[in-house]
Amino acid sequence: MIIEKLTRSRRFMKRVSALLRYLGMVTLGLFFIFPIVFLLVSSLKPEYLVARDMSSLMAFIPRDISLKNYFDVFNEMPFHRFMLNSLIIVGSIVSIGVLVNSMAAYAFSRLRWKGRDLILGIIVASMIIPFEAISIPLLLEVNKFNWIDTYFVQIIVFIAMPLYIFLFYQFFLGIPEDIETAAKIDGAGYFLIFFKIILPISKPVIATVAILNFIQQWGNFLWPLMVTRGFEVRPLPVAMQAFFGMNPRIWGDIMAFASMITIPVLILFLVFQKWFVKSVASSGIKG
Amino acid sequence: MFVNKSTLSSMARYETYSAWLLAAPALILLSLFLIIPFLMSVGLAFTDQRLISPLPTEFVGLRNFIRLFSDKVFFKSIGNNFVFVLIVVPVQTTLALLLAILVDRTRRFSNFFRMIYFMPVVVPMIVVSVIWYFMYNPSIGLINKALGTISFGMLGNSLWLQSERAALPAIMILSIWQGVGFQMVIYLAGLQDVPQSLYEAATVDGASPLKTFWSITLPHLRNTTIFIIVSTTILAFQLFTQVKVITNGGPNDATSTAVLYIYNQGFKSLKVGYAAAASVLFIIIVLAVSLIQRRYLHSNREVG
Repeated sequence: MIIEKLTRSRRFMKRVSALLRYLGMVTLGLFFIFPIVFLLVSSLKPEYLVARDMSSLMAFIPRDISLKNYFDVFNEMPFHRFMLNSLIIVGSIVSIGVLVNSMAAYAFSRLRWKGRDLILGIIVASMIIPFEAISIPLLLEVNKFNWIDTYFVQIIVFIAMPLYIFLFYQFFLGIPEDIETAAKIDGAGYFLIFFKIILPISKPVIATVAILNFIQQWGNFLWPLMVTRGFEVRPLPVAMQAFFGMNPRIWGDIMAFASMITIPVLILFLVFQKWFVKSVASSGIKG
Repeated sequence: MFVNKSTLSSMARYETYSAWLLAAPALILLSLFLIIPFLMSVGLAFTDQRLISPLPTEFVGLRNFIRLFSDKVFFKSIGNNFVFVLIVVPVQTTLALLLAILVDRTRRFSNFFRMIYFMPVVVPMIVVSVIWYFMYNPSIGLINKALGTISFGMLGNSLWLQSERAALPAIMILSIWQGVGFQMVIYLAGLQDVPQSLYEAATVDGASPLKTFWSITLPHLRNTTIFIIVSTTILAFQLFTQVKVITNGGPNDATSTAVLYIYNQGFKSLKVGYAAAASVLFIIIVLAVSLIQRRYLHSNREVG
């Protein structure tokens, strides 16, 4: 009987601790989700309600919803242009970046050549230089080339990235040699082997690099802030900041603008959640 | 093998040639947009170069550095970076570990919770800044109202972003909110690598969950933790977007950072030479901090 009581109380304790854990997890979850819900809900409210609801739980409850703020944003500024700019810039960086960085990584991981280890060492060491710290001389440099206010200057600077070369490098090191041997005996060149054999089996690392690069570039702010003057080539984050800085601040419209930057990434994240998580996880395995 | 020497050397030559060709695009771009600007900043630091100027650039020796050392705003900015790193890195690392363990231990809905905790990571920092700017509003923002309600009016009077004391902590909170999910996922991957048999052995031995955590989980996460601490520190030194958008370094430089300072000197005031000198000092500081961290953390590992 005593034993039965003990196990029963132990089971009870277990249930209580599980319940407490879930309670804690839900509370933490609210902390992470509420600001995003607040953003999306406010973007749908009329201006007077955004401010009035902001100070209570009403901030998270949609009422009087309409797309008026969204139409306002489109009417007041060339929003479609900013969106197009962002898509062109980020799309180019991600796609060309995958190609350039993986090609270099292939040369470093699978080919033997003089100077390889030294150059690889320099690339790995350069990962520590913050982009922000070299942005001013870089600005001077591209200014001399007359590249200010172009798509090109916003793209070309972020194509080759030491971190992504390194991620590809690590993946390629793990591919068994035999895979290439047969092709080599058939007399295939390194470019052919790379494009026909290596790249097709490298989808996981391609996804990793593309996703990490996309998250980073979609929100990229400092460089486009420095190299764009007019709206023609300006990407979303810089346009958002300019809109946010205007007086008087129209809160509902700001929320609609911010939502429209966020929604595309949120959708991508929800659809490709597993890949996002895998990408981040594998960015950390270098310890 | 019946391969003669000349074939071998021509094969080696072909390999070298291919390698350079494959690596060329990346190497050219890295030289142009990373190595050259880096070397330029070292060179420019000793000149009075301006972004746009009719006057020729002159060598000024150490003048920029001497001025920097007497510039209070520069020191305050670097100091803010250090305060930010000293608080955010341990808090964010601990919170990430806590979240990872909670998600890892949960059988039901674990993917759901992981998704929720990770979601802020994909929200661009400019948007995060805007959301939290509204929530920090002293009179009608949610944060003060919520604090006032749960403390029966004791709390919730802070001016947050307009207060010299609270502005930097406010920036810290939103930065942690946005970034912690990233480290959580890295910790989750680390937790998968802890051998399950060790946990089973601990259960058989009747070890308490806390004891199991200290003597099994934490030691196995050592490499992951080192990686997270070092990379979060480097990221924390690059603090810029949120302070530029929300406070622009104010009030009274309470949220100014090294990068904001460099940006203001080089881009706003057009003093490229001076900004380059600040950049050089900044790079040296970041380099020194991560070298010290690496050495300290790795030597600790050997002892442990």
